[in-house]
Amino acid sequence: MRTICFYFQVHQPYRLKPYRFFDIGEDHYYWDDFLNRSVIRKVAQKCYLPMNALLLELIQKHHGAFKVTFSFSGTFMDQLEAYAPDVLESFQRLVATGQVELLNETYGHSLAALKSKEEFAGMVKQHQDKIKQLFNGYQPKVFRNTELIYSDKIGAMVADLGYKGILTEGAKHVLGWKSPNYVYQNSINSDLKVLLKNFRLSDDIAFRFSNKTWEDYPLTTDKFINWINAIPQSEQVLNLFMDYETFGEHQWAETGIFDFMRALPEAVFKHTNFGFSTPSEVIDKVPAVSPIHVPIPISWADEERDLTAWLGNDLQDEAFDRLYELEAMVKKTKDPDLMRDWNYLQTSDHFYYMCTKFFSDGDIHSYFSPYDTPYDAFINYMNVLSDFVLRVKGKIKELEKA
Amino acid sequence: MKVLMFGWEFPPHISGGLGTACYGLVKGLAHHNQDIIFVVPKLWGDEEPLADFVNASDVSIDYRERKFKKIWKNLTYLEVSSFLVPYLGPEEYKKFTDYAIHDRTDVDESIFTTKYEFSGKYGKNLMEEVSRYALTAAQIARDRDDFEIIHAHDWLSFPAGIAAKEISGKPLVAHVHATEFDRSGQSVNQPVYDIEKAGMEAADHVLAVSQLTKNIIINKYGIPAEKVSVLHNAVLDASIIKSKYNKKVPEKIVTFLGRITFQKGPEYFVEAAKKVLDRDPNVRFVMAGSGDLLNRMIDRVAELRMASKFHFTGFLKGDDVDHMYAISDVYVMPSVSEPFGISPLEAVRHNTPVIISKQSGVAEVLVNAIKIDFWDIDAMADSIFALLHYDGISRMFKEMGSQELKKLKWEHVAAKLVTVYEKTLSTRP
Repeated sequence: MRTICFYFQVHQPYRLKPYRFFDIGEDHYYWDDFLNRSVIRKVAQKCYLPMNALLLELIQKHHGAFKVTFSFSGTFMDQLEAYAPDVLESFQRLVATGQVELLNETYGHSLAALKSKEEFAGMVKQHQDKIKQLFNGYQPKVFRNTELIYSDKIGAMVADLGYKGILTEGAKHVLGWKSPNYVYQNSINSDLKVLLKNFRLSDDIAFRFSNKTWEDYPLTTDKFINWINAIPQSEQVLNLFMDYETFGEHQWAETGIFDFMRALPEAVFKHTNFGFSTPSEVIDKVPAVSPIHVPIPISWADEERDLTAWLGNDLQDEAFDRLYELEAMVKKTKDPDLMRDWNYLQTSDHFYYMCTKFFSDGDIHSYFSPYDTPYDAFINYMNVLSDFVLRVKGKIKELEKA
Repeated sequence: MKVLMFGWEFPPHISGGLGTACYGLVKGLAHHNQDIIFVVPKLWGDEEPLADFVNASDVSIDYRERKFKKIWKNLTYLEVSSFLVPYLGPEEYKKFTDYAIHDRTDVDESIFTTKYEFSGKYGKNLMEEVSRYALTAAQIARDRDDFEIIHAHDWLSFPAGIAAKEISGKPLVAHVHATEFDRSGQSVNQPVYDIEKAGMEAADHVLAVSQLTKNIIINKYGIPAEKVSVLHNAVLDASIIKSKYNKKVPEKIVTFLGRITFQKGPEYFVEAAKKVLDRDPNVRFVMAGSGDLLNRMIDRVAELRMASKFHFTGFLKGDDVDHMYAISDVYVMPSVSEPFGISPLEAVRHNTPVIISKQSGVAEVLVNAIKIDFWDIDAMADSIFALLHYDGISRMFKEMGSQELKKLKWEHVAAKLVTVYEKTLSTRP
């Protein structure tokens, strides 16, 4: 069985509103409702609604032969409920076809896997419950960690939670001469299978599709089919992992991205010996070729495929450490409002905005950031966090008195 | 006495401390019934009618006057370059110039039209405006003969003062509010320095806002000490401000408020904060303001892992400044070089005890404040800790500080100025 595995990540963070020093101790609402709503509505019109409609059309047309996989962050699902019930409904329709698989991840799209096993497990459980609630009791079997962050230890932790597979990046520095187009297994716990993103073919669609300076521009279905056919016959699985916003938002409709996707399944069936599967099908049917060793965490971000988009500079490390030193205290409060803010404050995007790697030439980071500079992002986050600390401490004092 | 005064800005349209000082001085002089003709590059029409205001933008120049040509010739060496704006570093200067309302490149032509509309800002055509201002000053000095003495504020209006003196033959008083050494440290802008020096040399008497500034004038500009008098600034209103703002956080607040530039010594405040927080975590430090060192300060605060107790507010204006003073428990001004520095007096008005650097002019007039060397972060940390923890000393400073403030009146300053005028007139050959 040779197969293509399409997985789309769907995530939106709760962005913070401009929160000033003077607000500390007084204003306990941190989220920019207007901005968050506008983003969801804008992306809904450009991407979620038209692409969902297209996928539904393709699934119906190919009678069970075309399948895709989604992972929704908890912050995304919360915002759908608040701002875009129409989009939620269209996702529910897709899942109801039976040709769509859902993955589990951390509810807050957090970096907790790097810091606290307990917090990580709690967030995964919360995500399971949310998926179950919104998608008719659905129970995912495969896991996807925030930004495809993976290491041997994270894999083992995920296996302990009962998952049979995990998705991550086919990072060059981890694979070396090996191909991402096989199924691997975790090097600590061989029960967990590891699917690796074929970053060349994935990024051809996600990043390079409309890049006119790319030598292979324009990317046509024929060209893509040729590349798929060039994959050695022994290689079984082509993992195409990307942000869902690729369709219509990162690559606008005008670039022809929807037409490309509309034509792709039929071309695959006609001109290649590939089919389409979901991660759990691949994991059930395809045996692992070998363990994959990832002692240092990898991710799917930037050229480095490491953690430096979120952690590593002083701004990020300071914010991250100050946040997680609160864990025990927050849990002690058992206060639903505090727990919700604690959850949303962990979202990786907040740390991504503080990245100074591309500060000088303002790259992809600034495209996604609502702030002018990483410094603005840091100041705003720390102001909010300072207020949050006061609330947590206040609540604990209250509990101690009672 | 009738004084022809050249300034650069006047409230309410000001962007620096110069306008505030001119306002106080003019108000004080009016109190002593002195007549003032106050010239500014641009009048907005909503200035308080304390003087006979002349809008330089309205003056047309008569080019038949030969003497003007000579003045112009002396001014043509002026060139536009950076560091012209008081206190601003290169990055801020760039931002500032982008804001300047007139974005002209037709330098030479516009200077020789008979009327010239000044922006009155510190824009990129600052040097052009300074030169043109001098020509206008000459015309004013020729048209009006009803003044006895000329008074020019800071280098921006020194060429105007010199020109007016040449045309009228009346004595000139050059008032130094800041020198190029305060603004730029060791990397002085030569054309600006040259104008400052020329102004002080052409003047019959020089006024310095502090002894500190007087020393710079003597040592760096070679002006004889007997030609320089110290005229400290004062406060317009010495009353204690009862603010409507209350602190919302349980911790004590220690504040730095000002431009985050080399001159203001922000890095010493950051290092001292670390020392205090190591001893007492129940303090919040706030750095309010903006400037070319801001990002470096943020980096340092993150590196020292104290960002949950050290906050940045960005540039504050209007009511927010009042708010900041009101919720502060200690105010620190660690300036590396400050000709005067009015902000600690504002803090005192809010009943906030202050720590000021010995390298500031205000240290000469404010007795009831803790004074430290700007570089002495141990002493700074000690003083902050003491003011936060030992109620006796902070209470004393609050009471005595507000008493002291009442003595710092512009009337007193103006009275001293009148004697300087009289002495200058009487000693003229």
